[in-house]
Amino acid sequence: MLKDEDRIFQNLYNDFGAELDSAKKRGDWLETKEIFNKGRSWIIEEIKTSQLRGRGGAGFPTGLKWSFAPKEVGSKPHYLVINADESEPGTCKDRDILRFEPHKLIEGCLIASYAVNAHTCYIYIRGEYFNEGQKLQKAIDEAYSNGLIGKNASSTGWDFDIFIHYGAGAYICGEETALLESLEGNKGQPRLKPPFPALIGLYGCPTIINNVETIAVVPTILRRGGKWFSSLGRQKNTGTKIYCISGNVNNPCNVEEEMGVPLKDLIEKHAGGVVGGWDNLKAVIPGGSSMPLLPREVCDTIKMDFDACVENKTGLGTAGIVVINKDQDIIKCMARIARFYKHESCGQCTPCREGSGWMWRMLERMAKGEATRDEVDMLMDVTKQIEGHTICAFGEGSSWPVQGLIRNFKDEILERNKYDPLIQRKKEVPYLVDQHLLEKENA
Amino acid sequence: MSLKKISKNQPDNFEFDSKNLNEAEKIITNYPNGKQKSAVMALLYIAQKQNNNWIPLSAMKYIAKMLDMPYIKVYEVATFYSMYNLTPVGEYFFQVCTTTPCMIRGAYKLVDVCKKKISENESEISKNGKSSWMEVECLGACVNSPMVQINEDYFEDLDEEKFSKIIDQIDKNQKPIPGSYRGRLSSEPENIRKTLLSNKNA
Repeated sequence: MLKDEDRIFQNLYNDFGAELDSAKKRGDWLETKEIFNKGRSWIIEEIKTSQLRGRGGAGFPTGLKWSFAPKEVGSKPHYLVINADESEPGTCKDRDILRFEPHKLIEGCLIASYAVNAHTCYIYIRGEYFNEGQKLQKAIDEAYSNGLIGKNASSTGWDFDIFIHYGAGAYICGEETALLESLEGNKGQPRLKPPFPALIGLYGCPTIINNVETIAVVPTILRRGGKWFSSLGRQKNTGTKIYCISGNVNNPCNVEEEMGVPLKDLIEKHAGGVVGGWDNLKAVIPGGSSMPLLPREVCDTIKMDFDACVENKTGLGTAGIVVINKDQDIIKCMARIARFYKHESCGQCTPCREGSGWMWRMLERMAKGEATRDEVDMLMDVTKQIEGHTICAFGEGSSWPVQGLIRNFKDEILERNKYDPLIQRKKEVPYLVDQHLLEKENA
Repeated sequence: MSLKKISKNQPDNFEFDSKNLNEAEKIITNYPNGKQKSAVMALLYIAQKQNNNWIPLSAMKYIAKMLDMPYIKVYEVATFYSMYNLTPVGEYFFQVCTTTPCMIRGAYKLVDVCKKKISENESEISKNGKSSWMEVECLGACVNSPMVQINEDYFEDLDEEKFSKIIDQIDKNQKPIPGSYRGRLSSEPENIRKTLLSNKNA
C-alpha cells in the first residue's frame, strides 16, 4: 500500500476543509514563484521526467502535450482549458478535487498556463456539479483576493485569469473538441482532428486541454521532483491515481493509490470486498463504462495501470471501477450502459447515432431472452461497424463495452436466447430489417 | 441527444430582472471581446432559474438579441443539452440517476417511490403541483449511489425509506438536508478507512 506521505490529495476526505489557510498548511501555494523562476522549459522537462499521463481517460503524456503548444505567442493568444465535465459512469474523482482540493487545481492551472504561454484559463464544469462549482468559485475568489492569481499572480509577473464555464448535461462535452464547441456557445459536437486543439482550438487559438486530476497533481510533482513521481508505479505508468470503486462492494469509496495496484487489493482492502464474498464476483468494469469488462479470472491477478489493462483487452480509462456481482443480470447491466450511450450520442455521425440505438434495443431483447441466436454475432458485427467510423472516440466508447460483454459472456447470452433465426423457423411473416419499429415499446 | 418537447403554453414576453441582468452582463465579460456568444449556456441557465425551472421560447429570443446571435443558434443549444427544460417542471425537480453503477445499487427502487409518491409518469407534475421527476443519466456521484438530484442539491446514499421521507418533507414545506443519508461526509470508505488516518485524528 502507498505510504500516506506519498499521497498527493491529503484532503481527499475533507479532514481539514478546503479553505486557503488549510490548503497552505498542506503545502499548496508554497513559493510558487520559485517554480516560475526555474523557467518554462524546466517545468515541461520535469513533467516529462515524471512520465505523467493524462488522467482523463486516454492517458496521453502530459509533458508531450504541453510541448505541442507553439513556443512563441503569435498573433493569437493561447488558452488553457480544464476539463471538469466528469460524466463517465463509475467516475467521481474530479468532484472530490473540485470540492475538497480546489487550491491544488488553481495552482496547477497557474503553473500550466505559464508553461504553455496562456494568460486565460477556462474550467469547464458539468452543469450538475453546481455546488462543487460554487465551492471552486469561492476558492478562486480567495486566490484573487490574496494576489495568488490575477495581475502579477503570486508576484511572478505573470497575469493570469480563471473563469468557470458550466456545462448543461451533455456527456459528449467531455470530448475535448466538443468541449471547445460548447465553450464557444454551440452544440457540443466534436470537431475533426487534425487540426489539433494545441494549434487551432478555442476561438481558433492554440489551446491545451487537460483533465482536473492531471493539472491538480502538477504542483506537487514540481515540488517533490519528477523523479519522485516516476519512482512510484512502473515505467510509463507512474505516479498515483484516484480510483473510484462503486457497485456491488461493501464500502464504495474513492481512494488514492499507486499506479499498478492490484485490482483485488483495491476491492478487498479499500472497498471492503465484494458483496457476498470474492467468489460472488461476476465481472468488473475497470475504467468507467466505456471500457470492456473483465471476467472474474482476470480480476484475480490484474494490476491497475494503463499498459496492464491494454494487455487484458481493456483500458484504465478514468479508473472508475464498477464491481458487478452474481446477483446482478450482467446482460441487463450492459443494456443499461448501451442506453446511456444511445441517450448521449451527439448525433453527428450516422454509425454512432443509429448504431448506439441498435445496440441498446438488441441488448434489451437479449436480456429478456427474445433475441435469436444469430443476433449475437450480428450485434458483434454492428459494434465493429461503429468502432473507428466516427469523428470522435464516442464510437469506441459505446461499442467496447458491448464487445466486452460478447467476448466474455457469449455463452450466457446464447443460453438465454435459444430461438432459431426466423427464416429457419419458416415463419410466414416477412422478415423486416426494421422489425423493432413494429414493437411499440421500442419505437 | 435527448428528445425535447416544447411547451404549447408560452408566455409572450421574457426579460431578465435587474439582479439577473447584472449577473448576465458579468458573465459576458468573462469571454473575449466579440465572443459573447460563449455566454449563451450560462444565460439560458439563468433564464431557466428565473422562470420557474423552464425556458420559454421568448427567453431564447431575448438571449439571442442580447448576445447578438441568430435565434436558431440559441434554440439549437437549448434543445441539445439535457439540463434545459423546455416545458414546465415541478418546483422541486427530482432527477433520479439510473445508470448502471446506481442501477445495481437499487436506483430503480427509487424510481418506484417516485411513481408512487410523485406521479405515475416521468415529467408529469404531481397532484399537489409541487414536484416532478425524471430518470437521468450518470450524475457523477457513483460511490455515493443510489442518489437523486433535487434542483441543485445531491441527495446521496439513499434507500426507499429515506427517499420517501425526503418527499414527505418537501410535501410538508420543510427543506430536506442535502448530502449523504448514511452520515458520510465525503467519498471515504465507511468504517474501514485505511488511508490518511493521521489526518483523520489531526
